Amino acid sequence: MTALEAHFDETLARDRRIEPRDWMPDAYRATMIRQIAQHAHSEIIGMQPEGNWITRAPSLRRKAILLAKVQDEAGHGMYLYAAAETLGTDRAELTGKLVSGRQKYSSIFNYPTLNYADVGVIGWLVDGAAICNQVPLCRSSYGPYARAMVRICKEESFHQRQGYELLLTMMRGTAAQRDMVQDATNRFWWPSLMMFGPPDDQSPNTAQSMAWGIKRHTNDDLRQRFVDMTVPQAEKLGVTLPDPALRWNEARGHYDFGAVDWDEFMTVVKGNGPCNTQRVARRRAAHEDGAWVREAALAHAARRARAKQVA
Amino acid sequence: MSDDDSVQASWPLYEVFLRGKRGLNHVHVGSLHAADAEMALRHARDLYTRRNEGVSIWVVAAADITASSPDEKDPFFAPSGDKVYRHPTFYHIPDDVPHM
Repeated sequence: MTALEAHFDETLARDRRIEPRDWMPDAYRATMIRQIAQHAHSEIIGMQPEGNWITRAPSLRRKAILLAKVQDEAGHGMYLYAAAETLGTDRAELTGKLVSGRQKYSSIFNYPTLNYADVGVIGWLVDGAAICNQVPLCRSSYGPYARAMVRICKEESFHQRQGYELLLTMMRGTAAQRDMVQDATNRFWWPSLMMFGPPDDQSPNTAQSMAWGIKRHTNDDLRQRFVDMTVPQAEKLGVTLPDPALRWNEARGHYDFGAVDWDEFMTVVKGNGPCNTQRVARRRAAHEDGAWVREAALAHAARRARAKQVA
Repeated sequence: MSDDDSVQASWPLYEVFLRGKRGLNHVHVGSLHAADAEMALRHARDLYTRRNEGVSIWVVAAADITASSPDEKDPFFAPSGDKVYRHPTFYHIPDDVPHM
């Protein structure tokens, strides 16, 4: 083992952070880039399902909230691309990999948003699951990622609460509105459980990721934590979670729940979910349609710099 | 679109520093790309101060920062390592001396 490797291992052993210009194994760097990029892409693609409803928000209050939320998702994507860039990659390169399908984003965003209750359920379940996943990442061994996660987690709390409050409001409304909430819950419950990734015995990278301190709990642990948190919230809301096997297990001190359909998960991951094609096409179009703005800004900056030199 | 979008790539990187409130130093919070410093400042406001996190922003072109190298960390900082007499705990003062 070289002195550099020893220093890296010792830093991790002491639960200290790895910083951008430190020596790190190539595999650690590559894994961090992949993890941060996938997370950044998820934030950026995640703007689409909810952005779909901005022009049709039921009130000015809900519109302002939804705009702020979607703007936050953009912000989170930017924090994360910035963190990824400290590892020697470039945002344009990562965007290229996203729109050419060579890097992935969270499968949850490949499901459609069919009514306004979906905005509430995404806040409650999808952002709730994201918080479960992300809070431990505030202690990621890679410093820039951990710091971005601290900032993101603070903002996610607003996302979850606005969603739950939206649903509480709808549940106090008409029978049709309550049905919308139940329908949205039925559609998003299982995909939310899939957000934690495959079961531990099918997650070959978990051991290495935990040794590197870039993953702090296993997929199944986090999934259980999410279920335990969410069941009482569903009861309070007055919706039924669509799982007949869901019940409290006194001996385990946790809720038991039914089997996740991992075939569906793999289908969506491989690109055949309901919205994969349109999500990537939309992102690509936005990037290409914005090219002239980036070029114009650059030309303007160059002209001003020349004018300054002359003056 | 190709993978190396040269236009995007040529927007330089700026590092962003925020003063959280009066009385505190500016602290590094992250980075962003912008065509020039003025745009970087505007983007930094949108990106890093959406919830009153700052009362003042600095942006610095990342290329203009000179940094110590982590490879020579030990020799670079070694000169302060053996000067324990710079710390107040180096000096033994009797317990009954007040206010010291």
